[in-house]
Amino acid sequence: MEAAEFLQYVIAGLKSGSIYALVALGFTVVYGSTGIINFAQGEFFMLGGVLTVWFYGLGLPVPIAGLAAVATTAALGILFERFALRKQRSAGPLVLVIITIGGSMVMKSLARHLFGPDELSLPEFTPGPSIDIAGAAVERQALWVWGLTIVAVVVLWWLYRKTRLGRAMRACSISHDAARLMGIDTARIVMVSFGIAAALGALAGFAVTPLTQTSWDAGAAIGVKGFAAAILGGLGNPVASVVGGLVLGLLESLSVAFISSTYKDAISLAVLLIVLFARPQGLFGSARREKV
Amino acid sequence: MGAELRIDGLCAGYGRVDVLRDVTLRVDAGEMVTLIGSNGAGKSTLLKAVAGLLRPAAGTVTLGGVPITGMAPERIVRQRLALVPEGRMLFGPLTVDENLLIGAHSRPARDAGVAADLERVRMLFPMLAERGAQISATLSGGEQQMLAVGRALMSGPEVLLLDEPSLGLAPRVIAAIFEALDTLRSEGLSILLVEQDAHLALRHADRGYVMRNGAIALEGPADKLRDDEQVRHAYLGGRPETRE
Ligand SMILES: Nc1ncnc2c1ncn2[C@@H]1O[C@H](COP(=O)(O)OP(=O)(O)OP(=O)(O)O)[C@@H](O)[C@H]1O
Ligand SMILES: [Mg+2]
Repeated sequence: MEAAEFLQYVIAGLKSGSIYALVALGFTVVYGSTGIINFAQGEFFMLGGVLTVWFYGLGLPVPIAGLAAVATTAALGILFERFALRKQRSAGPLVLVIITIGGSMVMKSLARHLFGPDELSLPEFTPGPSIDIAGAAVERQALWVWGLTIVAVVVLWWLYRKTRLGRAMRACSISHDAARLMGIDTARIVMVSFGIAAALGALAGFAVTPLTQTSWDAGAAIGVKGFAAAILGGLGNPVASVVGGLVLGLLESLSVAFISSTYKDAISLAVLLIVLFARPQGLFGSARREKV
Repeated sequence: MGAELRIDGLCAGYGRVDVLRDVTLRVDAGEMVTLIGSNGAGKSTLLKAVAGLLRPAAGTVTLGGVPITGMAPERIVRQRLALVPEGRMLFGPLTVDENLLIGAHSRPARDAGVAADLERVRMLFPMLAERGAQISATLSGGEQQMLAVGRALMSGPEVLLLDEPSLGLAPRVIAAIFEALDTLRSEGLSILLVEQDAHLALRHADRGYVMRNGAIALEGPADKLRDDEQVRHAYLGGRPETRE
């Protein structure tokens, strides 16, 4: 294989890897403050894309439509926590996880109902020919995907490390009781976490829809991949989730290059199983760690 | 700066298990009161019920005349009552400074008192000033206990509850912590101290309560309790009073 061709696969891997990273971050944020896996995370991705197309159809320019979609999805994430999950918190994690599965089904059917069964597409943010990098072609939209991922990661890092809210979220990820003794309203933190996770998923859906199209049923597949990426990173800190996403994207892409495209979608499942069996703390996790 | 804490006829437990039975206890403003009793007597349960981690089944808790019975812990700390919990419950993966900052979460971000209290805590435990950037889980047990007390003080409490601050620590460290508690009391803070080490607790406190099977069995001035035959027999190992 020529260098340029190899580079092409790497670029493709980093492109889908960024999307997995954003979805994985959503899993990590919710897991951090609640200790549960939110199986509706993939639907937030779907809503981001589908709602952007809808807002775009109303005549809004693409960036504004995308912002509106991210904000709407964040609001839905908050409402989902507030009205579907909060009252059941005392019922324990299993019940909550099952509710997120139910929630994902509801979001899916609603999306099919409201936006139709067809593939939906969106123009690229900045249409134009691909850019040549060392012989490999990079779509302009891929640059947007990377740029938005970097912005999201930096903002999230700043939030966790530098703000009062972020400190409260980290406290919450360590012990709810201790956090409450400090005056932290943990119920509110959990709600905010769902909003942030939904926004991250929606941002990924918004950024990638010009490349892949989207539809009401796009959430499940990306949910599995984002989850695999989060597990690969050890459901640990945000940085680990991002690396997990990029590694997974690269593994997929290189498996297409060197093995066969038949197995591309099986990679994330294989990664999931291998990590869970062999290294449940993920690539970066240690036995005792901070969850976010 | 201290406020009066009153606990009246408090009953509390876990699910269907009743632990506390009709507990009545009072800490006057600026007083240090100790609660002693054997393992499983219900001392920690009482502190949890007062701080809001457990919802009392009956009875009342008032703080400076304000009822706080059944309030959520995040609201109780805003009423200026802080708990240094059993096992310390530090945010282990976070730094010393982050723990202290989170300790002040209940106060407005611009509260000028926060900076003053940070100074005060660092004066009380100079080690916390030197180790600000250290991950708190890597502190020694004694240092962790100092951080737990410091973190509680960062909420600017008028009443401080402590659950066995001496547990598992070396005598020298225990002395440092109790010296700090004496200082806080002399500054007017009201303190309710739960201790296994009855000798130690009764030496520092003004008054004491003895808890047995979830109820108050005895109460009185600390020196009276120290001399009490029953207390000596049950909690002071029957030893004669040690000389200081
Ligand atoms: N989370 C819990 N669930 C059920 N029962 C509990 C729980 N915590 C404590 N108990 C029970 O409540 C009773 C009182 O426990 P508590 O921790 O208040 O005792 P304590 O006086 O603090 O003891 P120690 O000196 O050992 O800390 C014990 O019988 C204990 O088994
Ligand atoms: Mg106890």
